[in-house]
Amino acid sequence: MLEIKNLHVKLEEEDKVILKGVDLSVGTGQVHAIMGPNGSGKSTLSYVLSGRDGYEVTDGSASLEGEDILELEPEERAAAGLFLAFQYPVEIPGVGNMTFLRTALNAQRKARGEDELSAGDFLKIIRAKAKDLNIDADMLKRPVNMGFSGGEKKRNEILQMAMLEPKMCILDETDSGLDVDAMKLVSQGVNALRSEGRSFLVITHYQRLLNHIVPDVVHIMADGRIIKSGGKELALEVEENGYADILGEAA
Amino acid sequence: MALPQVKIDATEARLAGMTLPEGGAWATKARESALARVRAMGLPTRRDEYWRWTRPETLADAQVTPAALFHNDEGALFEDRDRLKIVFVDGVFDAEQSDDLTGENLEISRLAEAATLDVHWAKDLYGVLEARGNDPVERPLAALNTAFASDGVLVRVTGQVSRPVSFIYLHKSETSDVMLHHAIKLEEGAELTVLETGPAAARFNKVMEVEVADRASFHHIRAQGRDHERRAVTATYARLGEESTFKSFTMTVNGVLTRNECILELTGDNASAHVAGAALGDGAGFNHDDTVFVTHDAVNCESRQVFKKVLKNGATGIFQGKILVQPGAQKTDGYQISQSLLLDEDSNFLAKPELEIYADDVACSHGSTSGAIDDDALFYLRARGVPKAEAQDMLALSFLAEAIEEVEDEGIAEEILDRLRGWLKRHRG
Repeated sequence: MLEIKNLHVKLEEEDKVILKGVDLSVGTGQVHAIMGPNGSGKSTLSYVLSGRDGYEVTDGSASLEGEDILELEPEERAAAGLFLAFQYPVEIPGVGNMTFLRTALNAQRKARGEDELSAGDFLKIIRAKAKDLNIDADMLKRPVNMGFSGGEKKRNEILQMAMLEPKMCILDETDSGLDVDAMKLVSQGVNALRSEGRSFLVITHYQRLLNHIVPDVVHIMADGRIIKSGGKELALEVEENGYADILGEAA
Repeated sequence: MALPQVKIDATEARLAGMTLPEGGAWATKARESALARVRAMGLPTRRDEYWRWTRPETLADAQVTPAALFHNDEGALFEDRDRLKIVFVDGVFDAEQSDDLTGENLEISRLAEAATLDVHWAKDLYGVLEARGNDPVERPLAALNTAFASDGVLVRVTGQVSRPVSFIYLHKSETSDVMLHHAIKLEEGAELTVLETGPAAARFNKVMEVEVADRASFHHIRAQGRDHERRAVTATYARLGEESTFKSFTMTVNGVLTRNECILELTGDNASAHVAGAALGDGAGFNHDDTVFVTHDAVNCESRQVFKKVLKNGATGIFQGKILVQPGAQKTDGYQISQSLLLDEDSNFLAKPELEIYADDVACSHGSTSGAIDDDALFYLRARGVPKAEAQDMLALSFLAEAIEEVEDEGIAEEILDRLRGWLKRHRG
C-alpha cells in the first residue's frame, strides 16, 4: 500500500535535515505503528506524506499503491486515498462541519471521476456514522472544530476518516489530549474501519493507544530513521524500559 | 470657527446653479436649514480629519464622473421573496415597476409628493437626525442631500409589517447624479425590514433617517450592486428608543468609491443596535470606506459594529468607527471589530477604531486586524481533498461569517452567501 524508500527531508527555510533515510513498507490491510522520542521526525513524516508546505525532499521516494505521491498536491493525495488525522485539528469559524465534510467528500469523488453524493444521501450516511462515534447533531452543525473539546476534535477526525473512506490512514498522535474513555471511543472508531483493503500508520509516543489499536508491526524512529522494527511486543518493551535501551542498541 | 476661504469657494462653486426643490412649508423649512448647514460646514476636503483616507472630490464636486453601465448576469437579488417593491431608476421613482405603496400598518408617500404639502409627519424626522448627526463630526454631504434631494420615500410603520419593503435602485444612465432621501418612522412596537439593492447611479448620495420608537424593531439588509465605476456616499441615521432594536447589514462588491456612514444614537434604555458590513474588492479601482459613529446615551444598551473586508490586487478598505458613551450611560455593552483579509501584498486596509467613554460601569471592546489566509487552515482543508482555490474561497467566507451572522433571516443570509461565493469564484487567482 505505502512504500517509503530512503526518504530524506529537510526544512525548506533552514538547513535542518529531519528525515535521514526512512524506509517503510506498509502492506495492504496492515496496521503499522511508529513510536519514538520527541524530535525523532514522526510528525514530519506524516506532514511530508500528506503534502504540507515547508519541507523539501532531497532524496528517496514515497508511493501509494505504486503511484509516486510526493509530486502531488495535498488534495490530489487525499483523492488518491491518503488521510491524515491531525494531531491538532484546525478550528474554522463560519464553516459548518457538515458543509465542510460534504464539500471535501464531493471534491474527492469529482477528482476520481465519481458522481457527487446528494445532500439527502450524505445526511443519511453521516448521521449513522456520527452516532457510532457519539457525535451529536449539534456537533455536526457547529463550525469545524470550533469550541470542541480535545476529545471531540479527535472524534471529529475519525468521523471524517469514516466518511472519506481512505485507503491509507495516518494517525498523528491521535491519543494526545485524550482521557481513557475518549481514547476507547476513538480506538473503537478506528478499529471499525480496519479492513482488508485499508492500511493504517499510527504515530504515537505511548504504548497505551496500541492496547486498543493493536498493530501488526511496530517501528521505532529516532533521529530521522527507523532504527528497529518488530511485533506488537516491541511497544511493550518501550513501555517498560523507555527508548534508552533501543537507542543504545542501535548506536 | 471661520471656514478657510478655499473651502467657502469650493462649496459656493458646487452650490452655484443648484436650486432647492419647490415644496410646501415643512419641506422648504427643512431644506433651507440644511442648505444653511452646508454653507456653515463647507463641503469636505482631504484636510478634514475623517476624509484623509477617502478622497471626497469626486463625491463633492459639481462635475459627475461618468460610470459605465454593468451587465449583471446574476439576476436580481431577493427576486423570489414576497416584498413590497419600490423602484428608482437613476434616482427617479418608477411607478410602473413598483408595487402599490400600501400595506397593513404601513403608510408610504413619495418625498416628491409629500414635500408639496404644508404639513406632514416627516417634519419631525426629515433632516432632524441628519442635523443632530453633525455633532461632533460634520457630515456636509448628508446636509447637501437633505437640502436638494427631491425623491425618496417617507415611511410610517404602526405595527408589524408582514413583508419587507424593498428599495430597488437601477442604474441606466452613465452620467446620472442622484440624491435620494428616505425617512422611516417606526411607532412604538412596530417592526419593519427594509431591503436595498442596486447600484443606483453613476454618483449616488443617499440619506436614510430611521426613528425607532420604544420596543420597535428595524432590520436593514443592503447589497450595493456590482458596477465597477459607480460612486456612492450614503448615510444611515437611526435614533433608538427604549428596548428597541436596530440591525443593519451591507454587502458591497466592486464600486470605485463607496463611503457608507452610519450614525446611531441609543437614547432609550435597554436598546440594541447592530451594524455590519462585508466588502469585497479586487484591483486598485476599489475604495471602500465604512465610517460609523455609535452614541450610547441611555442605560443598559448594547451595540455591535462588525466590519469585514476581503481585498486583493491593490484594493483599499477603510474603517473609521467610534463608540461614544455619554455620562450616565451605565451598563453599556459596546463591541467593535474591523478586520481585513489581504489576499496579496498590494492591498491596503486603513483603520481608525475609537472609544470615548464618560461612564464608569461599562464593558466596551474593540479590535482591528489585517491578515492573510491562514496556512494551517488551508492545509487542513486541502488534506481533506478540497482543491486549493475552493479552500481559499471557503476560508474567505469563514472570515466574513461574523458579519453575515448579523443577517437574521436565514433565507436572506443564504442569498447573500451565494453572491459572495460567486464573487470569490469569479475573482480567483
